[in-house]
Amino acid sequence: MSDQTPRTMPIQSATFSNPINAEIRRAAATGIYDIRGGGAKRKVPHFDDLLFLGASVSRYPLEGYRERCDTSVTLGTRFAKKPMELDIPITIAGMSFGALSGPAKEALGRGASMAGTSTTTGDGGMTPEERGHSSKLVYQYLPSRYGMNPNDLRKADAIEIVVGQGAKPGGGGMLLGQKISDRVAEMRTLPKGIDQRSACRHPDWTGPDDLEIKILELREITNWQVPIYVKVGATRPYYDTALAVKAGADVVVMDGMQGGTAATQDVFIEHVGIPTLACIRPAVQALQDLGVHREVQLVISGGIRSGADVAKAMALGADAVAIGTAALIALGDNDPKWETEYQKLGTTTGAYDDWHEGLDPAGITTQDPELAARLDPVEAGRRLRNYLKVMTLEAQTIARACGHNDLHNLEPEDLCALTMEAAAMARVPLAGTDWYPGKAGF
Amino acid sequence: MCGIVGLFLKDRTLEPELGAMLTEMLVTMTDRGPDSAGIAIYGAESDGSAKLTVQSDQPDEDFATLAADLGAAIGAEVTLRANDTHAVLELDGSKVEQARQAVRELRPGLRVMSDGATIEIYKEVGLPKDVADRFSLSNMSGSHGIGHTRMATESAVTTEGAHPFNTGSDQCLVHNGSLSNHNALRRKLKREGVRVESMNDTEVGAAYLTWKMQNGATLGEALESSLQDLDGFFTFVVGTKDGFGVVRDPIACKPAVMAETDQYVAFGSEYRALVNLPGIEDARVWEPEPATVYFWSH
Amino acid sequence: MQSYDVAENGLRGLNAALQAQSAETNQTHWEVQNPKGSHAIAVGLDAPIEVTVKGSTGYYCAGMNQRATIKVEGSVGPGVAENMMSGTVVVEGDASQYAGATGHGGLLVIKGNASSRCGISMKGIDIVVHGNIGHMSAFMAQAGNLVVCGDAGDALGDSLYEARLFVRGSVKSLGADCIEKEMRPEHVELLKDLLARAGSDANPEEFKRYGSARQLYNFDVDNAAAY
Repeated sequence: MSDQTPRTMPIQSATFSNPINAEIRRAAATGIYDIRGGGAKRKVPHFDDLLFLGASVSRYPLEGYRERCDTSVTLGTRFAKKPMELDIPITIAGMSFGALSGPAKEALGRGASMAGTSTTTGDGGMTPEERGHSSKLVYQYLPSRYGMNPNDLRKADAIEIVVGQGAKPGGGGMLLGQKISDRVAEMRTLPKGIDQRSACRHPDWTGPDDLEIKILELREITNWQVPIYVKVGATRPYYDTALAVKAGADVVVMDGMQGGTAATQDVFIEHVGIPTLACIRPAVQALQDLGVHREVQLVISGGIRSGADVAKAMALGADAVAIGTAALIALGDNDPKWETEYQKLGTTTGAYDDWHEGLDPAGITTQDPELAARLDPVEAGRRLRNYLKVMTLEAQTIARACGHNDLHNLEPEDLCALTMEAAAMARVPLAGTDWYPGKAGF
Repeated sequence: MCGIVGLFLKDRTLEPELGAMLTEMLVTMTDRGPDSAGIAIYGAESDGSAKLTVQSDQPDEDFATLAADLGAAIGAEVTLRANDTHAVLELDGSKVEQARQAVRELRPGLRVMSDGATIEIYKEVGLPKDVADRFSLSNMSGSHGIGHTRMATESAVTTEGAHPFNTGSDQCLVHNGSLSNHNALRRKLKREGVRVESMNDTEVGAAYLTWKMQNGATLGEALESSLQDLDGFFTFVVGTKDGFGVVRDPIACKPAVMAETDQYVAFGSEYRALVNLPGIEDARVWEPEPATVYFWSH
Repeated sequence: MQSYDVAENGLRGLNAALQAQSAETNQTHWEVQNPKGSHAIAVGLDAPIEVTVKGSTGYYCAGMNQRATIKVEGSVGPGVAENMMSGTVVVEGDASQYAGATGHGGLLVIKGNASSRCGISMKGIDIVVHGNIGHMSAFMAQAGNLVVCGDAGDALGDSLYEARLFVRGSVKSLGADCIEKEMRPEHVELLKDLLARAGSDANPEEFKRYGSARQLYNFDVDNAAAY
């Protein structure tokens, strides 16, 4: 054969791709599954696959700025004497002190408070700084019960019983030794530097019939004042929502698979749970079937990034949304200004997810005092406030364009879908048609 | 997810009170199961005859001439005692299978709740108190009974989805928990020719026990093997002609309390269900161990 | 002595009244009549008062207790004294599962037997059980002392952190990463004090001590089967 003979091109396998092969080699070398932070990175049908049908001749839009478009929402109107009143329907999801640095938690509190919304504790208890800087604070009640005590419980403006989260429905928490600093260890009653694995089920109840009794106890301890949310990772949203309602929840928080975590197995993040887009309609259906839609509020989280996402989630029936990853990015997570340092860690801007290692160049997902000092909580809080404002304005822009004077008046009929998948999951018609997969009569 | 109650009388003089005692226990478990409720009651036995309890959504229509129609179909005398949506048909004990078949043909809308010499099963959608009232459960007498209140997890809130489930002649099963391999098991049982009508996990558990027993296992053996073959969380209470049995999965998260006196053995998902039983203050009260089969019988 | 009938006046009034007591209250003794297995009796207390419950209770009796002394003249349902911070809870009868779950402090005494998951995730509470305990007790227990005068069920101390476990009788099986440890004089002293406070005349010398082997503290592929 001469050099001129045409040859078969080397073809890389779609099945055994380079990233897959690298993971096989990594597993073979280390003997441990890959652990990382964040939510699902794979492409899944999402809000981007939906579009709004703006007003035109058949219905009429509202003027921006001049004609009102309300954004406020009250969560916990079912049983609580003091429901959570928010200026905007965008809340900050639970993230622990431990997973995040003290200044990062403070920044979340500051930003949320300035925007008139709530922030949430995480798997590690409530810090005084966090309480002090958060005008409205939701206290998470988790299987680990780290730092759980009745005094903090009574300081909370709402209690969120965490059954699961979108990144790992059915899994427990995890915080690796690098981040168990003295203060984190003390708050969690753990030895310093150990790999902390939290339980996946609550230690003193299993199932909705027991949950109902747990909710009774929490209400008795907090004098029936504050709302009790139940947070679940999206898997079987219809049943889980219905059971949370039957157990007595004031609010159901449904977290899709794009929702982040501080640390868990990659296989969990990418392969367990359903996309956020797919969980809203079944959850709303459950509320409607039980006659409590809008009475028991639905908060949706997992991959909410913009006012468009907020508006779409609300059009599908959510009362509010929660953001986690997006809030961290607003604070400064994965900022290109740290590119050189990301490269030293073997990663790059936008891909950094080794939050469990505590080496975050941006100083957010760390307990290292020097790194943590890189984040100015006042300035970062202001960035979060700005971002929340922008998202709200964007959502209002869309709502007005659809002719609504309140974000909560958005409805599924304001939407169409770009793909069959999104049409099926969101149960809205494919753009330009009146058909979606599964709709009767076709 | 549910509430379970069970009462087995040692003191026969209490038999006229059985329905009243069980009803009170059942209503106490409303919070655990507001969707539907049911009761299996083991009453008097008459020689050689069997009872078929049936349910209809149109009882007036379905029950009007049922005794005569069925009697003609199986060539034997049949009596009918209607009770709201349910009716108890009494007939020759050797004709039960024939009668089941005939009922399916005569009244396709009818559901057979149970068959046996003494068992009667009543169950409907609704709050336990309403279900108890519509069947006048508190007036019933018997030697033992099992009740169930249901908070549906993944299957529909329907009469078929309510417990107890009839697992064989004079046998029934109630369940608190959630089975995680019921779909695969349902397919396996269907291949084996076992009839499973709903998507309910407990019905599969019941069908599994029936299948095991049809293949020669005793109820105790079938329960023992359920510990191997059923995945998920369960506390089962099974009723038999002579008594009842209890088994919890090896993890045993779902609650179970037992009480025993000279007069009775009682089961409750919570102690609350037992508080008004006579002499409960001095009863032996304990929790059944995980993965252990218990039986009480006359 | 204040008396409150739960069956007659309801749970809300009971807890509201008990929670309203301060350190300076004159109403230091309370009697709770007719608990009838009710849930969440005497929860969230935060004053040095004495409460006697005249009968058996349901779930979460004395939950999250601080400073109060609560005595139950009967048996208790699941999760008695869950997440207790301080104070004392004494159960004359038996306790259902999860007794003392996640408790941070105080003393829980069970005069009868405790069922499964006694002391699960305990974080500093002292628990003394005069009788036996069920399976999976002290699962993921982080701190505090669990003293069992009788026998322990399966998988004692599974995935244990730094809690100390003392068992006088037999242990059906130990959970992952739980091992028997030497009883040193300081442990005998500790036990003597706990037993005395719990009203038990058991001999501290007869107990064995169990604790964490600390092999699961940092992931090791050779221990993967234990996870």
